[in-house]
Amino acid sequence: MTFARRAFIVVWKDLLVERRSKETFNALFFFALLLLFVFQFAVGPDRERLAGTLPGLLWLGFILTGLLGLGRTFVVERENDCWEALRLAPGDKSAIYVGKLAGNLLLMFVVEAILVVLFGIFFNLDLAGVLPALVVVIALGTVAFAAVGTLFAAMTSQVRARELLFPVLLLPVQAPVLLATVKATEAVLLGEPLGSVAHWLKLLGAADVIFVAVGVLTFDFVLEG
Amino acid sequence: MVRIVGGVTLVALAAGLVMAFGVAPREVTQGNVQRIMYVHVPSVWVAYLAFAVVLVASIVYLARRVDGADRLAHASAEVGVLFTGLTIATGSIWGKPTWGTWWTWDARLTSVSILFVMYLGYLLLRGMIEDPDQGARYAAVLGIVAAFNIPLVHFSVYWWRTLHQPPSLMKPGPGTMPGVIVAALMVNFVAFSLLYVYFVAKRVNLLRREAEAAA
Amino acid sequence: MSADPLIRVAGLRKTFGNHRVLDGLDLEVHAGEAVAMLGANGAGKTTLLKILATLVRPTRGTAAVAGHDCARDPEGARPHIGLVAHGAYVYEDLTALENLKFWTTLAGLSPTASALAGALASVELERAADERVRTFSAGMKRRLSLARFVLARPRVLLLDEPFSGLDQRAKKWLEEHLASFKAGGGAILMATHSFGRELAVADRLVILAGGAIALDTPRGSLSPDDVQRLYVVHTEDAP
Repeated sequence: MTFARRAFIVVWKDLLVERRSKETFNALFFFALLLLFVFQFAVGPDRERLAGTLPGLLWLGFILTGLLGLGRTFVVERENDCWEALRLAPGDKSAIYVGKLAGNLLLMFVVEAILVVLFGIFFNLDLAGVLPALVVVIALGTVAFAAVGTLFAAMTSQVRARELLFPVLLLPVQAPVLLATVKATEAVLLGEPLGSVAHWLKLLGAADVIFVAVGVLTFDFVLEG
Repeated sequence: MVRIVGGVTLVALAAGLVMAFGVAPREVTQGNVQRIMYVHVPSVWVAYLAFAVVLVASIVYLARRVDGADRLAHASAEVGVLFTGLTIATGSIWGKPTWGTWWTWDARLTSVSILFVMYLGYLLLRGMIEDPDQGARYAAVLGIVAAFNIPLVHFSVYWWRTLHQPPSLMKPGPGTMPGVIVAALMVNFVAFSLLYVYFVAKRVNLLRREAEAAA
Repeated sequence: MSADPLIRVAGLRKTFGNHRVLDGLDLEVHAGEAVAMLGANGAGKTTLLKILATLVRPTRGTAAVAGHDCARDPEGARPHIGLVAHGAYVYEDLTALENLKFWTTLAGLSPTASALAGALASVELERAADERVRTFSAGMKRRLSLARFVLARPRVLLLDEPFSGLDQRAKKWLEEHLASFKAGGGAILMATHSFGRELAVADRLVILAGGAIALDTPRGSLSPDDVQRLYVVHTEDAP
């Protein structure tokens, strides 16, 4: 199918550029590592207090690195003066959105995996039993985050003060997703079964479907400008 | 035409005031401060109305590129933010003597605050784009995303607050209230809706004249 | 020419804020024709090209390529348009081959490896196929952007000062390439600042001034001096 092929070529191109320039991933990885120290210093050495805030801190880490990483979605187009060329390309523009979203999901999942491992090490968590459930929660939350993030990254890439506008627009929209993921992560880390947070998971699922659908349907209008 | 709406609005607001402060009964535990509910609750209803209009106008704009739809979305978002701000302010004023604190993370205040920030972002986006066509398009996309987020905000915040805590004091169901109170709320709701229409109409006129002057 | 023009502009107006750039512009370019467009900086040449390329919407009037209205049916127009503008539209970290593969696949084509190699060969970039575009000269980048059109086969080429920044060899190459594009039935609209041999490929000359076409004449045997004189007369300022 042409749509899939076009979306895939966008992912291929972004991966190639990233591999050659090594701009984004290394810096994000380092940033995630630094966040660990920042969180530890901010919360203090008290183990009890740390344990209580851990789910929130984990998602705070995802969001902060996500804001940086997602905000850069179209930087390669801007730096190479290719934004106009994307607009000129014939065919359904939402294939570009899907391609960029797929690339962002890949990036987010890798960074999140690293953060989870680091959290496990630094804060001495036993993740063995809860890992599958944790993966489900993280996957559901990240799709919603990346879906809106990719759309807003396209919108703000052509605006002045884009580095400020991007988080300002993205964070309020992510509020319900954040509430859901932190509550669900809390339960999962305590060893509770996924069924006990079914309502949160359903909310996340609904958010995923809604945001990806809106992204696919409206990307054309964003790219046009 | 707009002046007639303005006149009717004034009458309705006056009626609403009378209902709220004269006719409706004084609440037993909270005293007269509870009357602020007659401003607070209609405000939030009108805010939701405003944001629903933003959604519809945004979709119409993207589908048909009618400039009037863009102006309606813009005006409705502004007035919606106004009423949302009013909701938060009256909620806060209500809360201070009632619970002793200016702010509480109860379900309604939290949801409404998230909406407030979302649509402030909408206005910020519009302000930062010079090209009017691009601004209209991006705002329409944001308006659609924000509107679809409203039910998500609702459920997530409500579950967040009520699964481990009793529901907030500020959620009186109409079915459990005496007729006079419901009547007072309804009169004020109509009055505030008319106020919304009046503000939006004036704002749309202003936007249209600005656009015509520039062309 | 009995066939419909490949480029048709009627009553085109474009206003940016308070500034009216194009005001009542009419123009037609037919298949096999090349039109060179002269005008002062800011006269609206680039704006016209962008409107035809579906990148900018007109304020009033119509612009159509191959029968598709650029504002109302941009999706229909785009496959027929090849734009060569100031932006090179290449990813610097990718090789020539990778860039070509990306842009042609995104355009909906699925070129084979040999088709890609052939396209690069026809723009004389076959030896630089696996080199990163970052190392390319301006002429090489322009040739790479034209390689796309070897595969995409647009019917209209819109060029914004295509000869600027090129050395003599590259200029000669571009001239030949445009001539063969014309011979193949395509239409060319080219914005240019020069009066000299770059105009050789043009059949017609238009001068853009005051937001509209001030002069539309066959190039025929006009010398560069003739052109300069006409330019000065119609734009009332020194070139």
